[in-house]
Amino acid sequence: MDLATSNEARASATSGPESVAISLIINGKLRHMSVEPWVTLLDLLREREDLTGTKKGCDHGQCGACTVLLDGRRINSCLTLAVMHDGASLTTIEGLASDATLHPLQAAFVKHDAFQCGYCTPGQICSAAGLAAENRASSRDEIREHMSGNLCRCGAYPNILAAIEDALPTLRGQEGAQ
Amino acid sequence: MNSANSPLGKPLDRVDGPLKVTGKACYAAEADVPGLLYGAVVSSSIARGRITRIDAVAAEALSGVRLVLTHQNRPPVASYDEPYEDDDAADGSPFRPLYNDRVLYSGQPLALVVAETQALARHAASLVRVEYEVEAHQTDLQAAREQAHEAPAELPEPRGDFDSAFAAAAKRVDCEYGTPVEHHNPMEPHASIVQYQPGGELLIHDKTQGVQNCQRYLEQVFDMKGKIRVLAPFVGGAFGSGLRPQYQLPLAVMAALKLKASVRVELTRQQMFTFGYRPRTFQQLKLAADGEGRLRAIEHKAIGQTSRFEDFTEHEVEWSGMLYACDNVRLGYRLAPLDVYTPLDMRAPGATIGVYALECAMDELAHEVGIDPLELRLRNYTDINGNEGKRYSSKELRACYQQGAERFGWSRRPAQPRSLRDGHQLIGMGMATGVWEAMQMPASARACLDADGRLLVTSATADIGTGTYTAMTQIAADAMGLSMAEVEFRLGDSSLPQAPLEGGSATVSSVGSAVQRACAGLRQKLLDAVQQSPASPFTGANLETVEFVDGQLRLKTGEHAVPLRDIVQVSGALEAEASVKPDEKRDAWATGTHSAVFVEVRV
Repeated sequence: MDLATSNEARASATSGPESVAISLIINGKLRHMSVEPWVTLLDLLREREDLTGTKKGCDHGQCGACTVLLDGRRINSCLTLAVMHDGASLTTIEGLASDATLHPLQAAFVKHDAFQCGYCTPGQICSAAGLAAENRASSRDEIREHMSGNLCRCGAYPNILAAIEDALPTLRGQEGAQ
Repeated sequence: MNSANSPLGKPLDRVDGPLKVTGKACYAAEADVPGLLYGAVVSSSIARGRITRIDAVAAEALSGVRLVLTHQNRPPVASYDEPYEDDDAADGSPFRPLYNDRVLYSGQPLALVVAETQALARHAASLVRVEYEVEAHQTDLQAAREQAHEAPAELPEPRGDFDSAFAAAAKRVDCEYGTPVEHHNPMEPHASIVQYQPGGELLIHDKTQGVQNCQRYLEQVFDMKGKIRVLAPFVGGAFGSGLRPQYQLPLAVMAALKLKASVRVELTRQQMFTFGYRPRTFQQLKLAADGEGRLRAIEHKAIGQTSRFEDFTEHEVEWSGMLYACDNVRLGYRLAPLDVYTPLDMRAPGATIGVYALECAMDELAHEVGIDPLELRLRNYTDINGNEGKRYSSKELRACYQQGAERFGWSRRPAQPRSLRDGHQLIGMGMATGVWEAMQMPASARACLDADGRLLVTSATADIGTGTYTAMTQIAADAMGLSMAEVEFRLGDSSLPQAPLEGGSATVSSVGSAVQRACAGLRQKLLDAVQQSPASPFTGANLETVEFVDGQLRLKTGEHAVPLRDIVQVSGALEAEASVKPDEKRDAWATGTHSAVFVEVRV
């Protein structure tokens, strides 16, 4: 049942691999840290940086709850190791809004009631922010397709779609102004 | 109250929305606890047998591994069934994690490895070797159908004479349906953090639909009355999976007690398949009607799977005796025990699969009689629950059918199967009736207006995404004539006033009624407080002659008004608590919620 039964995992634990020094810019702040090579970006955020807004839903890339923006691109943080990203810039749900006001997507998710339990929500919002930057979804069907990596077990999909559709023009306007 | 400014019935944003969209809502595994240790569960790889040996030497040899907990070294636990029976327990002998060497199902927790990091715990768990004495198992309901026994369910007695009516009817259908096992799989995996307090008390963050259910369970199992408090302010979905305490909770408690330290146990997504689920069933539906489609006979028999240690029952066949008018009804329900875990209530337990089968059979009958499926349902419409012989307190299903049919465009549907095409695609249109209970359970709430005029309302209920925070804030704001911003509702803490499990679509009717009653008590206390002054313009007034609107207590005549804040600034904070049970007036009525579903499918 457990997945960590490989010989490699056993060998690495007994030989005690060195931790690796890396730097990450997390939500605009430069962080220096020392991590073991097996630490995922998700575990780094949740267990070491106390950024629990990024959620662990499946831990194997199926649900999208752990989506963050890595150098502006969305990524499943459970499927990538922290040591692979030395020097990268990371934006999580906690860093999406630049000040006390909500990011347009956060505001749209509240306005359209685009969640129930809220556990998939940070991943949905980060994913939608990544989608906006990709500038490739214009129709509802395209938004659905490009958001299909983010599951919502409560089934808030119609409202998630409405929220993203509502916020996309604002986000593109912001980019155009930059 | 329901004044023009009341928030009731208004389309409001969720009060917990900003916390959820910013990542600040704190779920069970996320509490910031100093000195936390991490547990990883070792699951059984066989479905039935006995543990002969657990080899934990390799795991224990790793630096940072603090404990390998098994049935051989766990702390003492209760030895009778009763302490393990929680509010949603099935009949029988509840599962006891790490109790002895018996393996009752595949995926059963057999050991907990506790270490200084989650990764180390998980790795060490992979090094634990379990040896078994394997016994033959049966996990296939199809193969065990003949071993099924009568379910311990209170089914309605047969009415009329099914056999004669079925035999004599002009039109008959006899259908069998199968439904698969379904797992709840909320987005948030089940997790518990047990915070070990200096005095040995436990403060627990758990994923649950009932903090007091988990509190009682632990107090009983570990003989720790008064030493356990359970918190669950945010629950990342549950769908029924949080109705019973799940095994990560007692495992975390065992480890915390053993190590006198704080411990977190978070299940993996794979382990989310190792406890309760919607059971697999086989259902046989026999329906008979006259030439015009009026139902003459209904028989609905179901066989569901259960575990060898508990008889899980749900309301599965009852719907067939109440959804349509019919004089000859016979219902049956049997259970087949398998080497699996006990099923567990899941989203409209029983109805989801029982009504599915009934509605499929109704479609078959419509085809047999040669009338429209919606017309068949209208011809058998009833305002009386035939199981109980009582009239529904309200039922708007007819209007629901009509509205649904109009909005969907039901009249476009051709009667002939496979007759509507779009290129190579076949298009089918269908409809079905939905039904669920409308329950109310005993619940309590406390309302406190502090000296600054802010209202705090509390109850030990849950919000699993269902909107409890928002709905209770609305009800309280309405009851006190305050704005939403002046009211805070707190839940998910076992130390708060009693609340039932959040389930069965009964929370607003149950806890909401308690909130209303507590606020009524608080209104009386506010009125009493202003009447303390000898020259009070409210002398002689009562709750009938005053109103609470716009943050004020005022005479209905409009002559005098006083802000609630001014009252509590003099009196100090005022508080009222109330407990509400379902009113006896309900007894004379049947209650239910009905729905109609229309769907277009292309294949």
